[in-house]
Amino acid sequence: MTPEQIIFILTAALIVGTAFLVVTTRNLVHAALWLVATLFGVAILYGLSGAGFLALVQIVIYIGAIAILFIFAVMLTRKEMRDKGAQVNRNWPISAFLALLVFGGLAFILSGWDGFSATASSVPVSGDTLTALGKALVSPDAFVLPFEVASILLLAALVGAVYLAASNKE
Amino acid sequence: MSIPLSWYLILSAALFCIGLFGVLARKNAVAILLGIELMLNAVNINLVAFWRYGTGEITGQVFAIIVFAVASAEVAVGLALIISVYRRRSTVIADDLDLMKW
Repeated sequence: MTPEQIIFILTAALIVGTAFLVVTTRNLVHAALWLVATLFGVAILYGLSGAGFLALVQIVIYIGAIAILFIFAVMLTRKEMRDKGAQVNRNWPISAFLALLVFGGLAFILSGWDGFSATASSVPVSGDTLTALGKALVSPDAFVLPFEVASILLLAALVGAVYLAASNKE
Repeated sequence: MSIPLSWYLILSAALFCIGLFGVLARKNAVAILLGIELMLNAVNINLVAFWRYGTGEITGQVFAIIVFAVASAEVAVGLALIISVYRRRSTVIADDLDLMKW
């Protein structure tokens, strides 16, 4: 076992354990805080894969903005802080079965694929990936169109969120 | 880099299925959105893993960034919808929002 593998296994255990707590915890504020731990684990994984910029973006956008927005929404949408009763609907055994079925199906399909056990080439990631990423995002022969579409989507979401959440009272 | 690609793929599949269970089983609409976030993160793990194990193209990271943008847009609109519904109906339990159920 190399140190990288040990770090990966610890991070994977953190991600899966906290993700399980996100979907099972009764208190929604705690669930949102467990989501922060999951997102942090995913950021560690990005760093381990050599995508340092994405790890940073994960922490800034997901933990800094999205998770905090979730905590705000949880606190704005409940009358009392303590949730009573079950937090899952009565069909949850079917849901659990479906989720296990999808996992089994994915694992089965993946295990039959040739590239499944591929290991990365021993050469480190070539050069400056951040420069390549920036150039790819604005280059006309690469991804400028998806990039602009994403920016329009963000603008539309911004306007829509303000319109939806604005109070209708005069 | 001695981690096999399969580890990333299995972890991503597990995270996706946990998120799927959250979306299908939780009652609270905010908790359903939490499950969707888990599923989007599973997709991102896959994209980054395929970028790392691919042929040197930057495409995986570009699409991971676009997934970030889509996730933040989805959360902003989704939570605004939930807050708007809560103002009108005083509930965020998905089962109680059955106005269009026939």
